[in-house]
Amino acid sequence: MKTPETLAFECETGNYHTFCPISCVAWLYQKIEDSFFPVVGTKTRGYFLQNALGVTIFAEPRYAMAELEEGDISAQLNDQKELERICLQIRDDRNPSVIIWIGTCTTEIVKMDLEGIAPKLEKQIGIPIVVARANGLDYAFTQGEDTALAAMAHRCPEYIHCETNRRRQDEIGRIGIQTTSDNKSTSQGSELTRSNLVLFGSLPSSVASQLNSELKRQSISVSGWLPSQKYDELPGLGEGVYVCGVNPFLSRTATTLMRRRKCQLVGAPLPIGPDGTRAWIEKICSVFNIKPNGLEERESRIWKNIEDYIQVITGKSVFFTGDNLLEISMARFSIRCGMIVYEIGIPYMDRRYQAAELLLLQQTCVRMKAPLPRIVEKPDNYGQVQRMQEMKPHLAITGMAHANPLEARNIDTKWSVEFTFAQIHGSSNARDILELVTRPLRRGGGFTPGFRSLSKQTIGG
Amino acid sequence: MKLAYRMYAGPAHIGTLRVASSFRNVHAIMHAPLGDDHFNVMRSMLERERDFTPVTASVVDRHVLARGSRDKVVSNISRKGEEQRPDLIVSTPTCTSSILQEDLQNFVDRASLYSESDVIPADVNHYRVNELQASDKTLEQIVRHYLDRARREGMFNRSLTDAPSANITGILTPGFHNQHDCRELKRLPGELGVLINQIIPEGEFLKNLKDLPRAWFNTVPYREMGLMSATFLEKEYGMPYISTTPIGISNAADFITQVEKLLNLWAPVLLGRKLNYDLYVENQTKFVSQAAWFSKSIDCQNLAGKEAAVSGDATHAASITKILAGEMGIRVSCSGTYCKHDVGRFNEQVQGLCDEVLITEDHTEVGDTIARIEPSAIFGTQMERHIGKRIDIPCGVISSPVHIQNFPPGYRPFLGYEGTNQIADLIYNSFNLGMEDHSSDVFGGHDTKGISTKSLSDKKNIDWSPEAESEPKRIPGFVRGKIKRNTEVFAKQNNISEVTIDVMYAAKERSSP
Repeated sequence: MKTPETLAFECETGNYHTFCPISCVAWLYQKIEDSFFPVVGTKTRGYFLQNALGVTIFAEPRYAMAELEEGDISAQLNDQKELERICLQIRDDRNPSVIIWIGTCTTEIVKMDLEGIAPKLEKQIGIPIVVARANGLDYAFTQGEDTALAAMAHRCPEYIHCETNRRRQDEIGRIGIQTTSDNKSTSQGSELTRSNLVLFGSLPSSVASQLNSELKRQSISVSGWLPSQKYDELPGLGEGVYVCGVNPFLSRTATTLMRRRKCQLVGAPLPIGPDGTRAWIEKICSVFNIKPNGLEERESRIWKNIEDYIQVITGKSVFFTGDNLLEISMARFSIRCGMIVYEIGIPYMDRRYQAAELLLLQQTCVRMKAPLPRIVEKPDNYGQVQRMQEMKPHLAITGMAHANPLEARNIDTKWSVEFTFAQIHGSSNARDILELVTRPLRRGGGFTPGFRSLSKQTIGG
Repeated sequence: MKLAYRMYAGPAHIGTLRVASSFRNVHAIMHAPLGDDHFNVMRSMLERERDFTPVTASVVDRHVLARGSRDKVVSNISRKGEEQRPDLIVSTPTCTSSILQEDLQNFVDRASLYSESDVIPADVNHYRVNELQASDKTLEQIVRHYLDRARREGMFNRSLTDAPSANITGILTPGFHNQHDCRELKRLPGELGVLINQIIPEGEFLKNLKDLPRAWFNTVPYREMGLMSATFLEKEYGMPYISTTPIGISNAADFITQVEKLLNLWAPVLLGRKLNYDLYVENQTKFVSQAAWFSKSIDCQNLAGKEAAVSGDATHAASITKILAGEMGIRVSCSGTYCKHDVGRFNEQVQGLCDEVLITEDHTEVGDTIARIEPSAIFGTQMERHIGKRIDIPCGVISSPVHIQNFPPGYRPFLGYEGTNQIADLIYNSFNLGMEDHSSDVFGGHDTKGISTKSLSDKKNIDWSPEAESEPKRIPGFVRGKIKRNTEVFAKQNNISEVTIDVMYAAKERSSP
């Protein structure tokens, strides 16, 4: 392969498999504990949710379909009346603190004015109604969360500049970890810097608290998260608040926070993998004029700890077909682990929002002397499969539609959706990422060469 | 608008895609937004399919909304034709294209000019029919299309096969135990001296469809799909069909009697003798199927009078109700189906076999009914299995909607005489498990419940700070104990007396498998 000097971006036909963006309700309803998500759409969307979310759907989820019938489509029924009936039913059944309507392709096409109806109904039933238009006409998979968080950003309270954050300070209490005293910028000694840093992106609460404590080590206190565990705990936003994303698919949210809420965006690589986490922390520290401490040692300790996994994947090649927008960060981390990335497919590439991550990817390639991968936006799965048949990567990170057929054609695969649901952020979870990535390569062990071939069947065509 | 948490039957286009991808060398192109091609994921996962699912989306995005599809669908169809050379491309409407009211027929006509493949639009309305009705309709449409063409082109052979033969109609991907049922159904007529002429749509080439009418009769194992094709063939070509499902001993016997009757229409003329299968049925019932003996044995005696609730598609729910009530002496308190379009037949089937009949597509209604009845076992779909989990009642899965577990690699037909054995197992195990659970509760419960971490303390205990104490609650239960243990070991090794959240993460980072 020839190595280009800069990252090459290409754009294909957009015939690729991904999840419909309404799937974001699956993790958002779990994150925001007092929410309810009605998905306004047809049977098709309901069926998708039911199948995609398999097991969670049976655990009394706080989401449901507001299923449109023929009368709704042909406007024989009044949208507002219908939605009111549904919301009252939800209020009586579950009494949530917030109702988040998920608009779908259908509501777009019939031009149902969800944003117009919501404020009226909100007054009527006394529960906040947020509208997120997470539809497949505009977005892919994880971008659903982006639309929901952008809508929620409007609901965050206004940040008052002289607010003392007393309550939060008390909650956090004093920390037991030694902080360096040469921090000139902190005036309170071992007290935390009052930084007004809000992180955005939905993470499992244990991962969020891990990232909080990573920053706490640098004596930066995180003043809030978007989304918060409860709707009424949304962080204050406004001038003087710094915001930083933890996921690569949050462009709209970032834009909304900057333009509409006048926050300052910290453009950092994403805290995925020990290298990403370190770069993320360093960037945040630099914004607050703090000299990061102990990061290098910490990072090298993590690398040491995952050495056994790295040995499995060093020198192996990987191909991302692209369906969840985590691909750039995942590829950067894989390269740092010594893998060779053939292609990074990605549904949508926001080069401004991901600028720092792209730069880190480039630097990582230089550092590891790896060829710069092609970045293919809106990929064409058919072409990708042809390319994979030619290149024969050791590993394809791809959707379930292609996983079994590729395995049957002797290409090891890892199901990409798992990365969206697994805990992959922060230093502590580097092991978990590699646990996933190496699983197909470790399977069969390689200790018994004769047995490997049994599970493999080559198919012609 | 209605508030729905779950649904039994999928949307119409799923039915069309199931038929299209069951035939060999047929490609479906959906007119749908990004993410609606979830069928490929389902099929690849459930069937553990080795091949790429022959379904592509012609993606509807903003540009299509603004300017219409224009050439997009047409170029996608002709592109697929070149890439994969399918015999037929089925242009599949979805709920989105229904609203856009684009003229699919027009696209199809234009694409036919460029494409070597045949192209037809699936004639299904998303808002009027569900998955099952759509699959039925699409199958009939394809059969009709190819038979009409064969007739026009004079490529048509109406003569009956020399030996008696049958078609099997309605074996689909990913259907509930369809693959195993199909094998069993091939064997059963084989033992009666009946050859299988064709199995549609599963694995059949379209060019062979013209020979469908050569069979002596059609069988429709599942009433939900294939019935329309069978009635079409009866009307146009005078082919008789059997729509009895051979699930359970009495249904199997009934099925064979009907086969005998149909064969004897022609047998005296073509074979020179009449056929009689009485002895065959008797032998199978006595020696091949264990179900008849099982229902006499003491095991089954213990089940007598126990209550069960049944729910599923019309075919399976009715057949299982018949087996429970008629063959095992179990009391069916409630039998129900979500196939609203086949209610008449369902009622007729379960008449007098159950206390109440429940016809609904609303799973909460089914759940409430089951909770009210409190049966000893449920026989239903995956949804009922979860209802059962919540209220502690065992459930045997007998019908779609299904889960990966319902696609076992082992041989598990529901039809025919081997099917009766499988069903006996399923029923017996469901009840038996319930009994085991119950008796162990009577005798003081399982001793495996609530194992806490073994205390590691030799001198001093390790304390958990309140935050750290609450942290493991966020971790899935099955790894909680392990994490607690690892953390405490780590704390001991490092002489830490109190576990804080930071200690927990430090332990996580250090822990190597």
